Amino acid sequence: MIIRIMSEGQYEVDGETLDRIKILDEHLMAAIERDDEAGFNQAFHEVVGLVRTGSVLEHHQLTESDLILPASDTTLVEAKLLFSQHPIE
Amino acid sequence: MGLMSRVSTIFKSKVNNVLDKAEDPRQTLEYSYQKQVEQLQNVRRGVAEVVTSKKRIELQLNRLEQSAEQYGQDARDAVKADRDDLAQQALNSKQAIVNQMDGLKTQVGDLAREEQRLVDLQHKLTAKVEAFRTQKEVIKAQYSAAQAQVKIGEAFSGLGEDMADVNMAVQRAQDRTQALQARAQAIDELSVTMALESPVASSGDAVRDELNRIKAQTGVSDELARLKLEMGKEDNPS
Repeated sequence: MIIRIMSEGQYEVDGETLDRIKILDEHLMAAIERDDEAGFNQAFHEVVGLVRTGSVLEHHQLTESDLILPASDTTLVEAKLLFSQHPIE
Repeated sequence: MGLMSRVSTIFKSKVNNVLDKAEDPRQTLEYSYQKQVEQLQNVRRGVAEVVTSKKRIELQLNRLEQSAEQYGQDARDAVKADRDDLAQQALNSKQAIVNQMDGLKTQVGDLAREEQRLVDLQHKLTAKVEAFRTQKEVIKAQYSAAQAQVKIGEAFSGLGEDMADVNMAVQRAQDRTQALQARAQAIDELSVTMALESPVASSGDAVRDELNRIKAQTGVSDELARLKLEMGKEDNPS
């Protein structure tokens, strides 16, 4: 599975890591809905860390990502803004 | 649906817009490559704009620093002339500028890191466009139209994603720079018009404002006392 961290690059992560990421990903969404900044920051930090344990894709590889994570310094406010500008039904 | 899948959906919609332009990859191969080179140039321009704006904010900070120094000098002159009232005013103004500048300086520091990141991204993107150029030649030489369609589609999606990523990063940096510029501008105007009645900007909370005012006032009194001591103008107990 290939995951992009925006403004950073792409990583290939294994299935086990992906399962852990998916659980945290749900926590992230819940934190956004609760407006829980500390919870968001913690879960986001963990997700970024997990993705970075994957192997880095070289610059000359042109591959589409399966999942995309916002830039590593994204704040709760910015994440909310992202959704309000691009609402998904 | 989690955060990442949502972000992916939002993001892919941006990439697809770029992709729609290449319907028949073999025929439009050169055209699409040209388009990417153009986009890369736009990215370069965007990065250059951020760098220029940051420099402008730094210049503004320098000017503010100078006017803070000037107020400090005014205060010394006032003390020399035994005009504590004027010294107090000058120190108030100085304090106001210094307070405002502190926050701004931190943000300019953040911006410097962002600038470095943009430059790195730009280099990566240049490498990717170059990789696409090489792949395009290989694809033209080795594959039939149908196979080429698939191969180019893959390479194009990958590159499109990178383009969209860097474009969004540039946009984000531009937004931040503009906000900072507006703030530096506002402080600059304040210091010019001398509208600095209170050295403390309102925090929106009356109690906190009052406490901050007291703190600033103490700072000003302390500095005035220090100045007087320095210049041998202590208040002589009479």
